[in-house]
Amino acid sequence: MVREKPPRLVTPAVQVRAREQAVATEETKPCIVAGHLSAFFGDAAAVRDVSISIPQNAVTAIIGPSGCGKSTLLRCFNRMHETVPGARVEGSVEILGSSIYGENTSPIAVRRHVGMVFQRPTPFPTMSIRANVAAGLRVDPKSHASRGATDAIVEEALQRAGLWAEAKDRLDESAIALSGGQQQRLCIARALATRPRVLLLDEPTASLDPLSTQKVEELVYDLRTTVTVVIVTHNLQQAARVSDGTAFLLMGELIEFASTSEMFTAPRDPRTESYITGRFG
Amino acid sequence: MESVEGSGRMKNARRRHLVSGVMIGLTYICAILATLPLLLILWHLMVKGASSISLAFFTHMPRPVGEPGGGMANAIVGTLILIGIASAIGLPIGIGAGLHLAEKKTTPLAQTTRFLADVLNGLPSIVMGIFAWQILVRPIGHFSALAGGVALGAMMIPLVTRTTEEMLLVVPTSLREAALALGYPKWRTSISIVLRTALAGIVTGALVAVARIAGETAPLLFTALGNQFWSTSIGQPIAALPLQIFVYANNAYEELHQLAWAGALVLISIVLVISLAARLVTRSRFGAAVD
Repeated sequence: MVREKPPRLVTPAVQVRAREQAVATEETKPCIVAGHLSAFFGDAAAVRDVSISIPQNAVTAIIGPSGCGKSTLLRCFNRMHETVPGARVEGSVEILGSSIYGENTSPIAVRRHVGMVFQRPTPFPTMSIRANVAAGLRVDPKSHASRGATDAIVEEALQRAGLWAEAKDRLDESAIALSGGQQQRLCIARALATRPRVLLLDEPTASLDPLSTQKVEELVYDLRTTVTVVIVTHNLQQAARVSDGTAFLLMGELIEFASTSEMFTAPRDPRTESYITGRFG
Repeated sequence: MESVEGSGRMKNARRRHLVSGVMIGLTYICAILATLPLLLILWHLMVKGASSISLAFFTHMPRPVGEPGGGMANAIVGTLILIGIASAIGLPIGIGAGLHLAEKKTTPLAQTTRFLADVLNGLPSIVMGIFAWQILVRPIGHFSALAGGVALGAMMIPLVTRTTEEMLLVVPTSLREAALALGYPKWRTSISIVLRTALAGIVTGALVAVARIAGETAPLLFTALGNQFWSTSIGQPIAALPLQIFVYANNAYEELHQLAWAGALVLISIVLVISLAARLVTRSRFGAAVD
C-alpha cells in the first residue's frame, strides 16, 4: 500500500511552467530508447516488452504499484539489473544513440555515464565527505584530475546537489556524520561528480523526512536543464511536482507514457485513471 | 504492582517477578562462573610467576641449573618469530579465502571451502603438527622454525577465513550496489568498499586468531622442537614459550618450575595484549556504524 504524503508547497506558477516545458520537451531528441525490453529474475519476468523513448534533459517519472517493475526497469538503464544472480535482460536499450547492451560495451563504462541514487542513502562509511564525492572519479581511468582539479569538481558537485553550504567546512569529516537528508544529497553529488548524461533516481526520498524530501525535489527540478533524470517514485504528488513526463507501469508492462500534465488530468487508459485516482496500488 | 487488582492476578504477577528474579540471578552466576577460570588462572600465575619476572627474564638466555638468574629471551623471540611466520601464511590466505566465500557464496568451490574450513577448525592441533612434520621436517631432514610457523599458519587459515567471511557479509548490499553503480569494477568494489568497510572486524578476527595460536604447544612438538640456544634462523629449530614452559614444568628443579610459571605469565600477557588490541581496533573510527 502506498501512503501518500500530503501535497506540499510548490508555487502554481512553477507547476504550470513545468507542464509547458513537458510538452515542449516531447519534441526534443530522445535520450534513453528502450525497445521490447524485458527483464527477468530467473524465469519470472519483472519487466515485459517495454518500449519507451525518454526525452533528453527532462525529468521522467516512473510510477506504478509496488512490485510493478519500476525499479527493475530503472536498473536496466545502467545495467545494474544483471548484477543480481540469475537476472537477465532481453531487448535493447540505447542511450544517446549507443546501445548499452552491445557486445563490446562494458557495464562499467555504462555506469560511469549513468549515475544512480538509491532509496536509502549509501555514503561509503569509511570515507570522508570529500572522498565520497570524488569516489567515482578515482576509479575512472580516463580521469587524471589533479588534487586541485578534484577539489574543484567536488565543490561543483556539492553545489549542484545543494549541499555545499552545509558541507564546505566539514569536507574531511566522516560522511556518516551527516543527517539522512544530507547523506542522500551527498549521494546525488557523488553521482553528479562524474558528469553523467543521465541520472537515475530510485525512490530517492522514500527514507527522508518531508523537509529533506522537498530539498531533493527542488534539486531534481533544477537538474533538468543539465542532465536527463529518470525518477522512480511511489508518490504521485512527487511525480506531478517534479516530472515533465510520466510513465505508468503495471505488472511489468508499460501502460501509458505521456506528459505529466496529460497523465494526471486526462489519462487515456482506464487502468491509469484508476491508479491515479487511488482505486488500487 | 500495587495498582494490580484482584488477588489472582496479584499472585500471578508476584510469581512472574519471582521466576524472573531467579532466572536473572542464574545468568549472573553463569557469567561469573564463565570468567572465574580466567581470573583464577591469572591470579595463580601472578602469585607463582610474578616474583621471577625481571628485566633479565626478557633479556637473558637460560642458564644451567644451579646458576642463579637467567631468562627466556630466546623463547620470547622465538614465539614472536613463529607468530610472524604463521601470520604471513595464515592472514593473506585466510582473508583471501574469506573474501571469496563472501563474494561467491553459493559456488561449489565456496561451499566446499566453507565446509572444510569448519572441519579444519575442529581438527586437533597436534594433527597440524604431524602435517607440517610430514611436508617440511621429513623432506628437509631436521626440525625448523619454518615448519612450526607453517603448522601454526595452517591453524590460522580456517579461523581467519570464517571470521573474514562473517565480517564481509555484515556489509550491506546497498553499499556494493552504490559502488557498482558509480562504475567501480567488481574487484575494486570488493577491495576498496566491502573489505575496507569490514576492515575493523577483519583485523579483530585476525588478532583473535593470532592470540589463539600464540599459546599452541602441540603443533610445535615435532616442528619447531625448541632450542636451548639463541637462534633466529627460520631454517633451524627455534625456542618457543609454550615449549619452554612444557620442558621446565616437567623438570625436577624448583628454579625451573619458577621460570615456567613466569613464562606462562608472559605468554598469557602477550595473548591478553593482543586481545585488548583487537578490542581497541573495533572501537576506533573505522568500525563506526555500518547501518
